[in-house]
Amino acid sequence: MTAVIAPGSPRVAPATGVASWFSDGWAVTKRNLIKIKRSPDMLIFAVLQPIMFVLLFSQVYGGAIAVKGTDYTQFLMAGIFAQTVVFGATFSGSAMANDLKNGIIDRFRTLPMSSSAVLIGRTNSDLVLNGISMVIMMATGFAVGWRVNGTPLEFLAGVGLLLLFSYAFSWVMALLGMSVKSPETINNASFMILFPLTFVSNAFVPSDTLPTALRIFAEWNPVSSLVQTARELFGNEGSTPTPDVWTQQHSLATVLIGIAVMLVVFVPWCIRRYESISSR
Amino acid sequence: MTIIEARGLTKRYKSKSGPVHALDGLDLSVPRGTVKALLGPNGAGKTTTVKVLTTLTRPDEGSATIAGIDVLADPRATRRVIGVSGQYAAVDENLTGFENLDMIGRLYHLGRAESQRRARELVDMFDLTAAGDRPVKGFSGGMRRRIDLAGALVTNPEVLFLDEPTTGLDPRSRLSLWGIITDLVKEGTTVLLTTQYLEEADQLADDISVIDGGRVIAEGTSDQLKEQVGGHRVVVSLMTSDAREEAVRILTRYGDGEPVVSSDGRTVDVGVTNGPQSLQSVLADLEASGIELHDAGMRRPTLDDVFLRLTGRSTEVNAGDPDETAGPSGTKPKKPKKPKRSKEKAA
Ligand SMILES: Nc1ncnc2c1ncn2[C@@H]1O[C@H](COP(=O)(O)OP(=O)(O)O)[C@@H](O)[C@H]1O
Ligand SMILES: [Mg+2]
Repeated sequence: MTAVIAPGSPRVAPATGVASWFSDGWAVTKRNLIKIKRSPDMLIFAVLQPIMFVLLFSQVYGGAIAVKGTDYTQFLMAGIFAQTVVFGATFSGSAMANDLKNGIIDRFRTLPMSSSAVLIGRTNSDLVLNGISMVIMMATGFAVGWRVNGTPLEFLAGVGLLLLFSYAFSWVMALLGMSVKSPETINNASFMILFPLTFVSNAFVPSDTLPTALRIFAEWNPVSSLVQTARELFGNEGSTPTPDVWTQQHSLATVLIGIAVMLVVFVPWCIRRYESISSR
Repeated sequence: MTIIEARGLTKRYKSKSGPVHALDGLDLSVPRGTVKALLGPNGAGKTTTVKVLTTLTRPDEGSATIAGIDVLADPRATRRVIGVSGQYAAVDENLTGFENLDMIGRLYHLGRAESQRRARELVDMFDLTAAGDRPVKGFSGGMRRRIDLAGALVTNPEVLFLDEPTTGLDPRSRLSLWGIITDLVKEGTTVLLTTQYLEEADQLADDISVIDGGRVIAEGTSDQLKEQVGGHRVVVSLMTSDAREEAVRILTRYGDGEPVVSSDGRTVDVGVTNGPQSLQSVLADLEASGIELHDAGMRRPTLDDVFLRLTGRSTEVNAGDPDETAGPSGTKPKKPKKPKRSKEKAA
């Protein structure tokens, strides 16, 4: 090792404001994307899982589940999209828990960076991962006969809404990730919550086919509103009447309110939590 | 001039067995350009002190300033003047060594070109040129440590915090790390390091704060601390441990305090005021009692003795503390061998 450690290197480099906020967010996003690139298993999982879901549901249940006015594959796709992006958001939680465990959060917290950058980088890169999943799912859907009946603008609005929802939900999961003791907890806990949330909904079957208690849950379930909106925007809803519940009749408004609430509540909460956590 | 100043730091944690006083009124003051060692056993509060000073943890009470900046009021400004290498290497496994350092440079807002230049420079300086472009995943413990330390040096900070920098390193890596720290100090960096190794504090630090139970229990240069235990120690090794009790009696006669018996019962030592004379008297009495000696001599007290005197516990006792192996990164630090006392004896 050479004797001189610090030949004329900069002592202090203050930078403030929007520019540093962007560059910090980007530095962390880049780090997360490198990780995705370097762990092919993660990418393969993100790609194969949606393919498997699309094929499994459309081919296995396609014949058994009847949907009025359209075929099951058309009906199914919005449901699969919603389920995938909701589950995709849990990655933000387990990644935060991992970063905390590995001590890298401690490193970040001793740097003069913007305190939201780590969270923004996290949720950004998970959005990218979810976007990749979406593209793969759509391609698979087209291959098994899914067709979009809405206008191109409606189609883009549907995709955008799904991704925005998953982005907002990432913040909820990130908070969970910073609150649990180990990354395993977050995986187990999210399965316990997300399976009922996505399956007791209109994602895979029209909610009016469910027993009363489950039907009421499904109708008020925000995931149902997301699915309903996407389905309508893609023109895949068939002739099943929309349940006479406010959250279904005004599904777009419900989803937008849901997204706004998640962001308004959880973004500041996450940042506050981040500012006091440290690995142990 | 004082660059790190902490007053009355307290920090309580809740635990199953009631509240833990991780810090219990800790005071600290470090002059610019010096090395301060926080010396203490596991659980003494070393890491908590470092976390408070590096803005990771807020204390319940107390205040701290670094380079005139109020750490609690302005953590962001504090972060611009410090570099930190925590107890467990905080590096991203998926990034290469270079990428880790480049990212840190960006987060210090050095700009693209400067970040990359500095990252490359540090990779080379830390002898990681060959491995620098491989993901850290495949690095050995010593290499991770070096990358982590390099991360603390990206901006050549005024104040460097190193929490147990050599725990778990092999002797060669330890020595090279000591070399780096010494060089940094020559260039004017102030270093606060924590350690469980008396030898390390002895080697590196200008000034030592012995901490236990979240409080500073003694402070001073290594020589000043040794002074507290007495000028010299008389050490005798017995041929058989049977003669131990008689030897203890004789050493008590000439010593300043209680003699200390080694765990195998064959070495007894005691602090004395007048070294040579006491040694002669002890030897004469031992001979008169017919006690056979393996070895005998006089030595300067070590920090081990200081610690024992201050806490009533030997540092060896702490070696088995389960806390130490529970690193968050799963890398289990192993203890480098401590020098055996008997080897330090002057014949
Ligand atoms: N986050 C925490 N939660 C609960 N107890 C803690 C936490 N951090 C430290 N402690 C406790 O505080 C005491 C001091 O810990 P620490 O500062 O890590 O000691 P050291 O670094 O000297 O080994 C220990 O008893 C430890 O168990
Ligand atoms: Mg510690």
